[in-house]
Amino acid sequence: MEFVNPEGLRLDGRRPTELRQIRAELGAVAKADGSAVFEMGNTKVIAAVYGPREVRFEYSMANFSTGDRMRRPKGDRRSTEISLVLRQTMEACIMTHLMPRSQIDIFVQVLQADGGTRSACINAASLALADAGIPMRDLVTSCSAGYLNSTPLLDLNYVEDSAGGADVTVGIFPKLDKVTLLQMDAKLPLDIFENVMQLATEGCKAIATELREVSNLMKEINIVGEHKAIGISARGIKSYARWFRLQLCPDCCYTQFLSP
Amino acid sequence: MEQRLANSWRLTVNEKKFIETALLPALRIDGRRPFDYRNLTINFGKHDGSGEVQLGQTHVMAFVTAQLTQPYRDRPNEGSLSIFTEFSPMADPSFEPGRPGQAAVELGRVVDRGLRESRAVDTESLCVLSGKSVWAIRIDLHILDNGGNLVDAANVAALAALLTFRRPECSLGGEDGQEVVVHPPEEREPLPLIIHHLPIAVTFAFFGSESSVVIDPTHHEEAVTGGRMTTTLNANGDICAIQKAGGEGILQSVIMQCLRIATVKAGDITEKLKKAVDSYNTERALKKIKRHPSSTLMDVDGAHSNSREKQSPPAFKKATSEFPSHHTRKSNKLENVEGETNSSEQRNTTKNFIGGPSSWDPYSKGVDPDFLKASLALRGASTASKKQEVSKNEKMHGVAKLEETTKDVNEGFLPVEAAQAEQPTRGEKTLKDAVKPKNRRKKNQSSTGAS
Repeated sequence: MEFVNPEGLRLDGRRPTELRQIRAELGAVAKADGSAVFEMGNTKVIAAVYGPREVRFEYSMANFSTGDRMRRPKGDRRSTEISLVLRQTMEACIMTHLMPRSQIDIFVQVLQADGGTRSACINAASLALADAGIPMRDLVTSCSAGYLNSTPLLDLNYVEDSAGGADVTVGIFPKLDKVTLLQMDAKLPLDIFENVMQLATEGCKAIATELREVSNLMKEINIVGEHKAIGISARGIKSYARWFRLQLCPDCCYTQFLSP
Repeated sequence: MEQRLANSWRLTVNEKKFIETALLPALRIDGRRPFDYRNLTINFGKHDGSGEVQLGQTHVMAFVTAQLTQPYRDRPNEGSLSIFTEFSPMADPSFEPGRPGQAAVELGRVVDRGLRESRAVDTESLCVLSGKSVWAIRIDLHILDNGGNLVDAANVAALAALLTFRRPECSLGGEDGQEVVVHPPEEREPLPLIIHHLPIAVTFAFFGSESSVVIDPTHHEEAVTGGRMTTTLNANGDICAIQKAGGEGILQSVIMQCLRIATVKAGDITEKLKKAVDSYNTERALKKIKRHPSSTLMDVDGAHSNSREKQSPPAFKKATSEFPSHHTRKSNKLENVEGETNSSEQRNTTKNFIGGPSSWDPYSKGVDPDFLKASLALRGASTASKKQEVSKNEKMHGVAKLEETTKDVNEGFLPVEAAQAEQPTRGEKTLKDAVKPKNRRKKNQSSTGAS
């Protein structure tokens, strides 16, 4: 099957080094300390953070998320492994030494899966943690890349992922430029792997700029909304939030964020 | 949360500091250098498909079993490979009996990714009846002692077990050819699995912000480590899988350097594994030999040899009685050959034979060079005799090599000697090969005598 046609376009019309469209939204779960919805093309993930309590990460795929509606038990191996992997990734970025004997619960639900769910989960969790105001070393952003038809491809969708070619998922600290998560399956020669990993890292950095825009937007509102709440999520000043809503820009996504 | 259990072992602050400080000048607490592996020993059990690996203090066993099942709907022509891990509570105080914990699942999946996704085990050859009946291979990994770096040890154990596993041969029978008949091992020799390449897992541990990297962390080092990365690669230089599940951030350049080191290490381990499997196969082949009733040799496993004998050509026995000394030499070489022919199960029983005096040592060092030279002097360097041998030799590569050596024959005794030594180390040798030299020698003698 041809994944990259002679003109260099993929099945969904993207170029090999093009990311899917990203959409991020904060504050989707009203009750949570921090939450975010992250969309990468057709993959949609929602993450909610409760804490600080103690670090735990639960990954679950909604039954209706994949095309083939299957009953996926939560305790199955894939979920367990992904939970473990994502927990350790977030643990590396959260400054847990500032919150001893406390727990942070991160719940992630995959609403729509179209390849790259692991990456979307990490990105959503990073955003949710930022939304909750939990101190972090840096945002963690993640992206996947593959190698099909002798071309490195960025941000695989489901069809490309299940083609049997390599799938490299990279999670980095964009500011520190350090790799924290790296997973690969299928076979690749060493030099090609280097290219693919490089491409995935570039993709991560691009996502990082997008995410920063979203979280910056939030920070602005914090500063506008409450002088003493700089650096603290608006959630922390919930009691004032409703009062400040009226003063905030009515057409920005944060009207949604502040509503109960 | 394994760390939170009451009976789990915790590293003291002093120990942690000590390990970290020692790593700065590249010193490890067990005296190894940063990129040294611990001692790896591979053993096999009595049954086919069981392997036991000891990597330093880490002890892992693997068992392979096969069952006929229905294939997955989306892959009707392929068999399946599944891995089950059991972290035995005796291995570590923090292991609990019952359902595998997160670490167990991760280990299983890393080994699984290396074997299945990289297509190391050929699943299409496991298909018996497309869409109805395929072989499901199940690998059980048991951790007996946790001395650190379970993934690497488990991976090697799984490979060792897979390489020595033999699945029963089955054929289609019944009225419409749709029924699968499984032949027991007494009826038909079981077949080995087709394994394309050997993915070896190499684990690195990262410490501190100075990016100290070590290979094959021990249990203590694992407790101190900030991050871990397991790379699975094969000796051909392909990367089969990488697992770096979070943990400390490291630079890309460090990752690439680790991969290069891992390639070298994987090569070493592949060599060790192959050697161990070869010697096991040799031993196993020895067990299958039917002993000549007049020979008074030790019987390694009497029951085995009697039940497993398939074709015992009469010429075999005749050969034994006729020229024991010559065949002593031959059988020594054939023993060494056995390891290289583990794919040809049918020939096993006919190749090795033990004749000669009862004091003959099956593990003797090999050919006596003086004896060789003497025999060569007798034979002379006759091309004709070589060609005769060539025509009788059935195997392709054996033929090719002999033909090559026939060209060199005129150059002197040395190449002939090499050929003589080489000839038994070829693949499948029939007993005709064993019989031939003697005849040839007689002919040469007569010919030289005549001329």
